[in-house]
Amino acid sequence: MQILTIILQIAILLVIVLLHVAYATYFERKIIGHMQVRMGPMLVGYHGLLQPIADGIKSFFKEDVIPAQADKPLFLFAPVICLVTMLTSLAVIPFAKGWVLADINIGLLFIFAMSSLASYGVILAGWASNSKYTFLGGLRSMAQVISYEIPLGLSLVGVMMLSGSLNLTTIVTSQGNSFSSMYLFPQIIGFFVFFIAMLAETNRVPFDLPEAETELVSGYITEYSGMRYALFFMAEYIGMMVMASIGTICFLGGWNGPFEIPFFPPFWFILKVYGFIFFFIWIRATLPRYRYDQLMELGWKLLIPLALLNILLTGLFKILVH
Amino acid sequence: MSGSYLPGEYLAILIFIVLGIAFGVVTLWVGQFFRMKRPYLEKLVAYESGNLPTEEPRMRFSVKFYLVAILFIVFDVEAIYLYSWALVYDQLGMFALIEMFIFIVFLLVGYLYGWKKGALQWEK
Repeated sequence: MQILTIILQIAILLVIVLLHVAYATYFERKIIGHMQVRMGPMLVGYHGLLQPIADGIKSFFKEDVIPAQADKPLFLFAPVICLVTMLTSLAVIPFAKGWVLADINIGLLFIFAMSSLASYGVILAGWASNSKYTFLGGLRSMAQVISYEIPLGLSLVGVMMLSGSLNLTTIVTSQGNSFSSMYLFPQIIGFFVFFIAMLAETNRVPFDLPEAETELVSGYITEYSGMRYALFFMAEYIGMMVMASIGTICFLGGWNGPFEIPFFPPFWFILKVYGFIFFFIWIRATLPRYRYDQLMELGWKLLIPLALLNILLTGLFKILVH
Repeated sequence: MSGSYLPGEYLAILIFIVLGIAFGVVTLWVGQFFRMKRPYLEKLVAYESGNLPTEEPRMRFSVKFYLVAILFIVFDVEAIYLYSWALVYDQLGMFALIEMFIFIVFLLVGYLYGWKKGALQWEK
C-alpha cells in the first residue's frame, strides 16, 4: 500500500517535472526573444504556447541515428544515465513543509552524489559516440564539472555550519520565517560562489564550453538525434531546476514567504525557483562565453579561496555570537 | 538521530530510480515502432563538417585533464571532511575552528605549491 502511494506520488511529480521542462524551454525562448527584440515562437497556438508540445511530438517521431562506429550499448544507455541521476535528485527536495518524497538526513550530500554520477552519462556519451567532437566535448565537460564541484560543495559548508544539518527540510526550517533571517545575508560570499559554480555545473552560458557550438559543433551530444537527444535536453533542464531548488533551499529560505498562501504551500518555493531560472536565462541573453583557460582559472584560483574564506568567516562569526 | 541504518525513506529513492530508468527506456523503446528508420552510409559516419573523418577519433589528449582529476580528488576529499566537521561545529566550538584552521593551512601550502608550479594554470 505504501509502495503504491509512493509510486503514485512519483508519477505525479514526473508529469509535473516533464511539463516544467517543456515550458521552461518555451519560457527561455520567449524571454531571450524579447530581450533581443524578437517575438520568439508565435505560430503554434496562441503566442506559441503549444510549441513545446509540438517539439516533443516531433522529437519522438524523429529518426534515431546510431553512428556505425559507435560503441552501441554505451551509446544507447548514456542519455538514460543523465536523465535518471537528475530525476532522482528531485526525490529529496522539499517543495513545501512535508512535501518531500524521501526526507533523508543526508539530502544535500545525496544531491552532490547524483550530480557527480550525471557526469558519467556525459563522459560515456562522449566516448561511446567515437567522434572527435563528442570526445573532446565529453572530456571538457568532465573537467569543468569536477572543477566546479569543489567550489559548489565548499560554498554550502557555511550553510551546513549555520543549520547544523544536511537535511534539506531542517535547513529550511532553521532559517525561520522572516525575510531577514535567510542565509543569503550571513552567507553572501557563499551565495556568490554557489551561483557561479551552479552555472558551471549545469553547463549554462557563460560556461557552456562543453557544447561551444563555434568550436565543438555540439560537444558530447553531436552524434545524438531524436528522442535520445531530447533525453539529454531534459536532463539539462531538470539539472537547472535541481540547482535552482538547492539555491532556494539553502540561501533563500525555501518555501517560507512573507505570508502563507492557503491551499498551495509550495507557492513561494516555486516562485523563487522560477526567479533563479529567469536569472539563468537572463545571463544567457546577456553574457558571452568564457574561454576554457579562463574558466579553469576562475574556478581554481578565485572561487576555492573565496569559499574557504567564507568558511573561516562563518566559523569566527559563530564563535563570536556564542 | 536514533534509528535504524536502513530508513524507510530510501525506499522512495529506490522506486524513483527504477521508475526513472523505466521512463527513459520505455520512451525510447515505444518510439522504435513509430519513428522512421532509413540508415545509409553517409548518415552513419561520424560528423566532421561533411567530410569523411580523418584520423582516429579517440586521439591523445592533453595531460592537463589528468592533472585536474588528481587535484579534484585532493580537494573533494577535503570537502567531504569539511561536511562532517561543519555538522558538529556547534558542539565543538573554538577547538574545532583551530583544528580545521591548521588542517586548511596544511592544505593551502599544497595549494600554493600547485599554484606556483602552474598546475592551476591552463595556458602557460
